[in-house]
Amino acid sequence: MNKVQNNNIKTDLENQFSTESKQWAWSNSFDADIVMIPASHVLDFFGFLKGNGSFDLLMDITAVDYPGREKRFEVVYELFNTTTSNRLRVKVALAEGEEVPTLTKLWRGADWFERETYDMFGIKFTGHLNMRRILTHHQFVGHALRKDYPADRQQECTEAMPIHFDNDPNYVEKDVPGLVPLNIGPSHPATHGTLRVMAELKGESVHRANVELGYLHRCFEKMAETHAYNQVIPYTDRLNYCSAPMNNVGYCKAVETLLDVEIPDKAKAMRVLLCELSRFIDHVVCIGANAVDLGALTGFFHLFSLREKVYTLFEKLCGARLTVSMTRIGGMAQDAPDGWYDDVMQVCQELKKGVSNIERLLSNNKIFLQRTVGVGAISAEDAIEWGYTGPCLRATGVPLDLRKNQPYYGYDQLDFDIPVGSTGDVYERYLVRIEEMKQSIRIVEQICKNVPEGDYTIRDKDIVLPEKKDVYGNIEGLMNHFMLVINGLRPPAGEVYSATEAANGELGFYCVSDGSGAPYRLKVRPPCFAIYQSFPESITGGLVADVIAILGSMNLIAGELDR
Amino acid sequence: MAQARPLPAQQNIDEISKSFAFTTKLDDLVAWGRKNSLWPMPYGTACCGIELMSVMGPKYDLARFGAEVVRFSPRQADLLLVAGTITEKMGPILVNIYEQMLEPKYVISMGACASSGGFYRSYHVMQGIDRVIPVDIYVPGCPPTPEAVLDGVISLQKLIADHKPRPWRDNWVNPYEQSAE
Ligand code: SF4
Repeated sequence: MNKVQNNNIKTDLENQFSTESKQWAWSNSFDADIVMIPASHVLDFFGFLKGNGSFDLLMDITAVDYPGREKRFEVVYELFNTTTSNRLRVKVALAEGEEVPTLTKLWRGADWFERETYDMFGIKFTGHLNMRRILTHHQFVGHALRKDYPADRQQECTEAMPIHFDNDPNYVEKDVPGLVPLNIGPSHPATHGTLRVMAELKGESVHRANVELGYLHRCFEKMAETHAYNQVIPYTDRLNYCSAPMNNVGYCKAVETLLDVEIPDKAKAMRVLLCELSRFIDHVVCIGANAVDLGALTGFFHLFSLREKVYTLFEKLCGARLTVSMTRIGGMAQDAPDGWYDDVMQVCQELKKGVSNIERLLSNNKIFLQRTVGVGAISAEDAIEWGYTGPCLRATGVPLDLRKNQPYYGYDQLDFDIPVGSTGDVYERYLVRIEEMKQSIRIVEQICKNVPEGDYTIRDKDIVLPEKKDVYGNIEGLMNHFMLVINGLRPPAGEVYSATEAANGELGFYCVSDGSGAPYRLKVRPPCFAIYQSFPESITGGLVADVIAILGSMNLIAGELDR
Repeated sequence: MAQARPLPAQQNIDEISKSFAFTTKLDDLVAWGRKNSLWPMPYGTACCGIELMSVMGPKYDLARFGAEVVRFSPRQADLLLVAGTITEKMGPILVNIYEQMLEPKYVISMGACASSGGFYRSYHVMQGIDRVIPVDIYVPGCPPTPEAVLDGVISLQKLIADHKPRPWRDNWVNPYEQSAE
């Protein structure tokens, strides 16, 4: 289906740009269409695709550095259609010093992605109004994701960035008396992480706002380039640490696509189960934190005892609570212990009760309603324009969920619903999350009742380490273990963009392999990065108190935001 | 006619007072108070911060050790609990917050990242917060289990009760002011 649709688009494009299109090179990799275009065609090309409705959501912008090539950089755009779920990858080759036009005029969501590309590679986007660093600190010299920047060359930052508002150079200084600058974060109880919001207040309302991020930029992508494929898994845990297993799954799925292997049914079921439990606790943390910020401390204690129950399940399964690293490329690390699924079933009952308790506590709570209804509302068009996915997008009424739209791991066999809202305000985001928690429990129960038989991992000796009893028990196991550890797992050269529906929205991994034992480039498309972009706009004009409500409802996880 | 009661001899007073009071050094009394009423300021930046929530939460309950009064203003706290990765960008802010705390103040570094950079040997991660602020207790783990954090707090209480010398604290200078000179 994917291909046919894109064939139409290809024909349309060729009719529209009959002369230019001769320079375009189409290719296909793992069922994804890729087209290479010159930088000079960028605006027309994307303008046409957006204008005729083929692709309305700009998922990701990134770059890859190939120092050996004549044109060293490749800027990569990932497009998505929210109705048909089609994807298209567009690439532009650039030499050092060359620029490419900005897409911020077409999609507002392009803003931060382009800034990040500039920060990491030094590629400038012509016409971008705010080409400043975004993740690394302001005293940083060089561009860290270039291949010639050593992974461990640290640069000291000696002073904190002063409060500033120069994100919008078009802003005309109006003569408003009595403006007070206010700095929130990056260490503030209400930001739940290392977020920094700078606001200019006029009395109680926000006149102008700006955000600064990167306080938790731990260089995930550079670390991935310097580690073997399986060693990257623990790093993925620490992206969205509120739902760590989902990142494991997303990453392994990408590499497995690259290797072209299909994991056994049991592994799929275990992954889905872990993902849904994680989705549950991720929403628990989000709602709990949001409620605490609005003054409902009771919610925190109720909700966190639910989370503790799920953590205990994880602990039983693998020994770790938070950062489980349970997946391996090719399947799972180990099987579930006896009786684990029964435990899960039992906990599900408690979770169900817990969710209804929270509902009783919050859903009709007067204070909660007054603080959330109508606050931070956003229309579906605007949300797509900014690159929203996940619960925040669904709260605006767009029923986009990859578990339904591009089912993977047997989600199409499971019975569950996708809740949607209509106004996209904080209260509806809360409602969508509550409903998703219930649906997740439904999925978990279906799986527990019907766990597939069979192995929990594939047994390809070039991909999966043999079991310890074989390593110590027979020579073949020992040899295979040795070879895999020394050589590493080596996917064939190629590239893939693989996405899963994480708790916050589309979590994409763009992985480029050059046939060696470590990823050549691994880009994460974090869902909350795109959502957070719209934050300054959604708080401008509102009250300071609403800032906190909106911030909490976006569920920003610094690990994933800053990577 | 009332007779003046005879004054008890000096030894007698000691004898009697033992039945309702005990003597100690003032220092010990103060330390006892301090160790049982640590007011932590949680500086949770990353995954460890999420585990720290569990430490505060219902099951592990830090309150049992007298440290439940969580303060988000450094001026009201005497225990800085750094939980999570500190990047170079965050460094100056961390020092700033540490300086704003009033004496006596203590620092617990929770997790591999805060203690040493953890497995992020990378261009933007500070390789341990002890490069910029003095640390009293290091809690190992990635993330440490809540039990380990409780153990860290108990160790700190012991350190306070025993009046352990803290040369790392006494010799500390703000590294950023130094480099600016
Ligand atoms: S020590 Fe581990 S769990 Fe803690 S912040 Fe660092 S990476 Fe996260």
